[in-house]
Amino acid sequence: MTAPTAREKPASFQDLILRLQAYWAAQGCAILQPYDMEVGAGTLHPATVLRALGPKDWRAAYVQPSRRPADARYGENPNRLGHYYQYQVILKPNPANLQDLYLNSLYEIGIDPSVHDIRFVEDDWENPTVGAWGLGWEVWCDGMEVSQYTYFQQVGGLDVFPVSGELTYGLERLAMYVFGVDNVYNLPFNDPASETPLSYGDVFLQNEREQSAFNFELADVEMLQSWFTGCEKQSTALREAGKPLPAYDFALKASHVFNLIDARGAISPTERQAFIGRVRDLARGAAELWAKQEEERAA
Amino acid sequence: MAELLLELFSEEIPARMQAKAEADLKAAVESGLSEAGVAFERITALSGPRRLTVCVEGLPAKSADVKEERKGPKVGAPEKAVEGFLRGAGLNSIDEAEVRSDPKKGDFYVAVREVPGRPLPDIIAEMVPDIVRSFHWPKSMRWGRGELRWVRPLQRVLCIFDGKVVDFEIDGLTSGNETEGHRVHGRGPFKVSSFDEYKTLLESKGSVILSREDRRLLIDEKAHVICHERGLELVEDKGLLEEVTGLAEWPVVILGDMDPDFLSLPGEVIQLSMRTHQKYFAVRDPKTGDLAPHFVVVANIDATDGGKAIAEGNSRVLSARLDDARFFWDNDRKTPLATMAEKLKTIDFKKELGTVADKVERIAALARDLAPKVGADPDLAERAARLAKADLVSGMVGEFPELQGVMGGYYAREQGEDEAVATAIAEHYKPVGPSDQVPSEPVSIAVALADKLDTLVGFWAIDEKPTGSKDPFALRRAALGVVRIILENGVRIDQTQYLADGIADMLLRQPNAVDISAEQIEHAIASASPETSVADLRREFAATQRGALHQLFGLADKKAEDLLAFFADRLKQYLRDAGARYDLIDAVFALENQDDLVLIVKRVEALGAFLETDDGANLLAGYKRAANILKAEEKKDGRAFEGTPDPALFEQDEERSLAAAITESVTSAEAALAGEDFEKAMGALSSLRAPVDAFFDAVTVNAESAELRQNRLLILTSIRDALHRVADFSKLAA
Repeated sequence: MTAPTAREKPASFQDLILRLQAYWAAQGCAILQPYDMEVGAGTLHPATVLRALGPKDWRAAYVQPSRRPADARYGENPNRLGHYYQYQVILKPNPANLQDLYLNSLYEIGIDPSVHDIRFVEDDWENPTVGAWGLGWEVWCDGMEVSQYTYFQQVGGLDVFPVSGELTYGLERLAMYVFGVDNVYNLPFNDPASETPLSYGDVFLQNEREQSAFNFELADVEMLQSWFTGCEKQSTALREAGKPLPAYDFALKASHVFNLIDARGAISPTERQAFIGRVRDLARGAAELWAKQEEERAA
Repeated sequence: MAELLLELFSEEIPARMQAKAEADLKAAVESGLSEAGVAFERITALSGPRRLTVCVEGLPAKSADVKEERKGPKVGAPEKAVEGFLRGAGLNSIDEAEVRSDPKKGDFYVAVREVPGRPLPDIIAEMVPDIVRSFHWPKSMRWGRGELRWVRPLQRVLCIFDGKVVDFEIDGLTSGNETEGHRVHGRGPFKVSSFDEYKTLLESKGSVILSREDRRLLIDEKAHVICHERGLELVEDKGLLEEVTGLAEWPVVILGDMDPDFLSLPGEVIQLSMRTHQKYFAVRDPKTGDLAPHFVVVANIDATDGGKAIAEGNSRVLSARLDDARFFWDNDRKTPLATMAEKLKTIDFKKELGTVADKVERIAALARDLAPKVGADPDLAERAARLAKADLVSGMVGEFPELQGVMGGYYAREQGEDEAVATAIAEHYKPVGPSDQVPSEPVSIAVALADKLDTLVGFWAIDEKPTGSKDPFALRRAALGVVRIILENGVRIDQTQYLADGIADMLLRQPNAVDISAEQIEHAIASASPETSVADLRREFAATQRGALHQLFGLADKKAEDLLAFFADRLKQYLRDAGARYDLIDAVFALENQDDLVLIVKRVEALGAFLETDDGANLLAGYKRAANILKAEEKKDGRAFEGTPDPALFEQDEERSLAAAITESVTSAEAALAGEDFEKAMGALSSLRAPVDAFFDAVTVNAESAELRQNRLLILTSIRDALHRVADFSKLAA
């Protein structure tokens, strides 16, 4: 094997995304579009969490906007956002050379392995809400976490077989590193040499401000609570009707509504546990049903 | 003699698991070989981020031939028995069996089977897959479509015996003679045929330092050198050193810069942020002893730019981390500790023991109570206790739980609390381990003791005690902490009373735990005088012979006794660790009513010093002689000799002078003991040496006259009793 080399740096944030898209497309992934619902992490897209279950092979990659209401900072923190992008890759079963494929993706976006210190540091991923966990690492580049790399072991409380390899890139953070930018809002969103150069701030700053106000001040807790109950009811009914996909959608909706209520600080620790338990039951219920149906379809 | 080389090459093994896995693999290979009856000369094991390696030298080409013997029936046994024996041993006729003689059994048959030795490659090809399949990792996983479990995907198995590949397969993975080096510097793969070649190739072309020890020493040395060159000093951290040793195959030590503005943050925050999040070593200015605006990072690559990009990148990440920390620091200081403490009402300490706010109330009362006994101002002790837990709800402690207490101390100082209060808050969790410092300021002592006693008393009240190796609430640590605080500061408290009152108080709050209804308790309390403290209540109801409270206080006393024994065990451990002789400790603990830790230790020390002296050693010999005679005679007569000798029966001067000496020395020993002066007490007893020696030289204890004999045995009894005032000498080694 020859020593690895890197490509030249991408020209912009979107160029970095396009390189990842092209790279993972070349590895045989279906390039999906973001899921059209509010989720807290790219993993929650049914293309990862549900497809990791059942016996069928699967390869997909996509950008997923992620919303974390409590992390919003009114656009004033250079590193924290209430809305940001994750790049998500799932390969089922994981190919034996997945680590190499992953490292090549970093070289593809201009990270030179002969200059930068890339490390796999133990970090076992877990998402109790969907009953999922796996073993893997945080990938560090010069001390910065640029990705989460996981071999799923369980989803929805069920052992997975075959095992999926899952990669999550924190796109803004990765781009800040590649471009040497200290403030996320200064990232070049499109090509700075183009006719209309746009920064990340041009695209998202106002959104962060207004959404922060909504998350922390304006969200109507009482209404949200009733929405939560509604989502729970709908999800349960769908599951009982044997339709795990929409049942899962409503579990996601309930999860986001809970995150909004939580960001308002309107929940005591005990209530909080109870809410998390309710979301978990919905998500697990849908996942279990999906897994069962996939087995039947494959049989 | 041949060599076995085995390498299990995988994706990155968590740093914390490598050393144990290395030892486990070595042990598994050793025991696999010994089970197969194979001897060897030397076994070496290595481990690193991506591999476990074992090399066994001095192996034979095949295992030894062995004779297997199977005993059969007697010669002339019934045909059935002989047939069964032949079937079981796989013999065709009884002629193939040997006949042996046994003096008791007579002649009997033995089937002898020669089992030829097996070639080592066959043994290894069975052994290695077994080891891999049954290897224990703290957490293991499956991958792809395989069923095999390993800590992370296993990529290669290199297995060579005597220069040749040992062929086997583990779940689709075929053994071979290839290994891989550092991903960037020299990946290979490299074909190897011996351990020497393996080491040479990997350490040169492969850029992998195979031994943990080599990597650790290299990192340690380079880190010191790089600091020294810049006039700086490395902040040593053994745990971190071990961790980074497991994170790099080719460690390169780099000094990075930190924005000096961050030095306004508490040093603990900077250091912890570096350590837990980034695995950096902190750096000090040797002149001031303060942190310097730099850090040391261990990379896994010799970068082509000399590490410039790595230093800059790491520095940027650190800035982002410390920005977060500064946000917490600034934000936390906007809220007074007393306001934070309000939130403790929503956090359970332990379900049965109420919230953290409840605990704070209890600690505040106890700290106030303890304050005069440790020379602290009660108001300051109570104030410190009330604020001690507030930082648990601060942003900084949420981020860095290890800084509990420490941050509270900083925030208290910032809001202008008395320095003693701030220090007590910062130190009240101490000591957190056997080598951690013990608080020595009076207010700190009061709060640290109150916190730990409250925890212990609470858990004892609800019967949640450590069992075997399980101690999820670190109660042993808490008790050892109490022992150390008391001893190292010479704190004198009546432990029995504090523990019994504390447990009674807990039980009063928790009536259900002891099958006494709340109504019964309320009724009983209502009948007592108002404003009565738990301690008074306890005394009042201990005297009555019935009722709910009497029952409850009886239970509390029993639990307190058990807890006191738990303290005694910690104290024994502490004294042994400090090098005190087991027998001295046992001799002191054998005395009754030992609940003052300070006195116990004083006594052990005085006893040790006393036995070092000539008089002490000889007196012990005299004691042993007296005790042995007494024991033998008591056994002979089937009764104990107790009481005082009758002076009228004394015949010899030696009897009279010994009796007089005993009376005199016991009187002065008693006086010294009352003044807690153990040296003096033992000194008083040491004057017994001469009369005891003289007595044994001149007097026959087993006199003809029964009366005389009994009287002389009673003299021996009084020697024994005299010495037992300071320790149970029977427990002492001669």
